[in-house]
Amino acid sequence: MENENVKKIMHVLRHAPHGTIYTYEGLEMILIMAAYEQDLSVVFIGDGVYALKKGQDTSGIGIKGFSKTFMALDGYDVEKLYVDRVSLEERGLTEDDLVVDVEVLDAEETGRLMKEQDVIIHH
Amino acid sequence: MLHTINKSPFETTTFETCIRFLVPGDPVLFIEDGVYAVQSGNKFSPTIERVLKTNPVFALRPDLDARGIGDIADGVESVDYEGFVGLVEEHQVNSWF
Amino acid sequence: MKIGILLKEGPYNHQASDTAFKFAEAAIKKGHTVDAVFLYNDGVTNVTKLMDPPQDDRNIAARWSELSQKHGVEILACIAASKRRGISDDVLVEGSAITGLGTLTDIAIRNDRLVTFGD
Repeated sequence: MENENVKKIMHVLRHAPHGTIYTYEGLEMILIMAAYEQDLSVVFIGDGVYALKKGQDTSGIGIKGFSKTFMALDGYDVEKLYVDRVSLEERGLTEDDLVVDVEVLDAEETGRLMKEQDVIIHH
Repeated sequence: MLHTINKSPFETTTFETCIRFLVPGDPVLFIEDGVYAVQSGNKFSPTIERVLKTNPVFALRPDLDARGIGDIADGVESVDYEGFVGLVEEHQVNSWF
Repeated sequence: MKIGILLKEGPYNHQASDTAFKFAEAAIKKGHTVDAVFLYNDGVTNVTKLMDPPQDDRNIAARWSELSQKHGVEILACIAASKRRGISDDVLVEGSAITGLGTLTDIAIRNDRLVTFGD
């Protein structure tokens, strides 16, 4: 694919997992898009950061867990994972609480990244 | 980048979250229940006033009308669906729910 | 300008479908091409012909079908999301189809804009 055809596509995950399907179906979308060699990034804002929390055990609620799927993103060349600093801090979490390595960004940096995108999809 | 917000600020934090990420100059368009944010004299009026110092603010007129909101904050411009399309012509879109 | 639409909510429960439709109409009126409306999450239930609202209410599925036939807008439901929710080829209104998420990626790539409506 020619470089000029590569689009910057950002996925914004803003919902907690399990309570709604948005994060899970968002992840499915990200995995498919990853095969198209676009410039993908994923940002976790608000309750979206809970999707990355370690220690999730969904066996008791009868819903398939998927937090470990985030670890597979690296294998799909989705390497740009950003977490909003305020969202993490206000939930009393740190990077150590998350299942994957992420880059923690201030809102200003994320805002600038958003402005560079061709497409932004919130989930 | 055009930011659209469709949630009442009284119900969710969508509005407060969105404005943390605004780059000065980027337009904000309130649609659906989002338009309650721009009703003049409400709890969010000072925030709208602050946003207006750096960013143009729009509200979708049919959504204001549907909700009986006649009096909107000074400086907020109302647009119809074609005005919405006009903003999309000029900007990529970031739809906040 | 070529515009793609991503609609992430079903009909009636949320205004998203109505706003998406009004936006599409206005874009077409202004001379733009609305290339496709891609339905995701509960959005896939926008195009079932089993929908039968009261007569004085809008029929959202019929409205998408008409938009497709009048203006060549592809109305596409995600296959994975459709399967989960019992949407199959048998129940689709005319002008709509079921397709994969790869198509959404194509829509994102080939259009000048992708505008999302959801809740």
